[in-house]
Amino acid sequence: MLLITCPWCGPRDETEYHYGGQAHVPYPETPADLTDGQWAEYVFYRDNPKGPFAERWVHSTGCRRWFNVLRDTATHEVLTSYRIDEPRPELPHAGGNR
Amino acid sequence: MAEPTIDARVSPLAHLQERMRAAAVTGARGVTLTERPFLTMVNLRVDPASEAADRIEKTLGAPLPGQCGHTAAAGPHTVAWLGPDEWLVLSRAEPAAVTAELREALGGDPGSVVDVSANRTTLELGGPAARQVLEKGCPLDLHPRVFAPGRAVSTTVGPVAVLLWQVDDVPTYRLFPRSSFADYLARWLIDAMGEYRGPDLP
Repeated sequence: MLLITCPWCGPRDETEYHYGGQAHVPYPETPADLTDGQWAEYVFYRDNPKGPFAERWVHSTGCRRWFNVLRDTATHEVLTSYRIDEPRPELPHAGGNR
Repeated sequence: MAEPTIDARVSPLAHLQERMRAAAVTGARGVTLTERPFLTMVNLRVDPASEAADRIEKTLGAPLPGQCGHTAAAGPHTVAWLGPDEWLVLSRAEPAAVTAELREALGGDPGSVVDVSANRTTLELGGPAARQVLEKGCPLDLHPRVFAPGRAVSTTVGPVAVLLWQVDDVPTYRLFPRSSFADYLARWLIDAMGEYRGPDLP
């Protein structure tokens, strides 16, 4: 069970949330000009890193707001969470040996 | 002039009234469960920094709580925080009157005032053992050092999403499940209350 901190409600159990996939995937700026390959890339292709991963979560049984979580995919550790309009925070130890 | 109206409403838990009464436990580990049907609930969405929010606060006579878990009470109304720009106004006044009043205060500004009284029903769980009953299925920390009278939080009890509001020190809680989940939640609570009927085991 993950303990995720909602930026609005504070720490709550994972059961109160739903997962929303990778964060910071911008909608194409000129959607009309995209080839099928580029569309496929936008719709289906996602990063799969081992380590810190920025992903979207929604606090479905709480405030019903979407926000972003930085989670280590190797250890399941929730490193930080931040509002949807905030940039991905820099982690001092991200990428290093822990 | 106006036709006499007949109140033909049936509350979502009318059929469980007898069972809830029979499940009541008295004594030092007492706990009771009742439905308080047809409470007025109005969903309010507005930018808390806007002038419309100020007008609404004046109309309600209470500030809109700005933080998760907080409530504000004034006259017949209690305002519970649902989200950073969303509140639930619980009231003993008529739903049409409250809605009209708030809608007038909102004016043409961005936001919404919607009468959602039929969306949820109200279960009142009270007694010395009420917290223990809730702790069987609620992931929140309900200990008095964290959760106190006047706090209201959206969470789950068992698998059911509810707004959980602690009313007093007894403790008495009010649970607001959606109407279609109320039957399940009431039966879940009746089942959870059962063990307090017997002696406290070491």
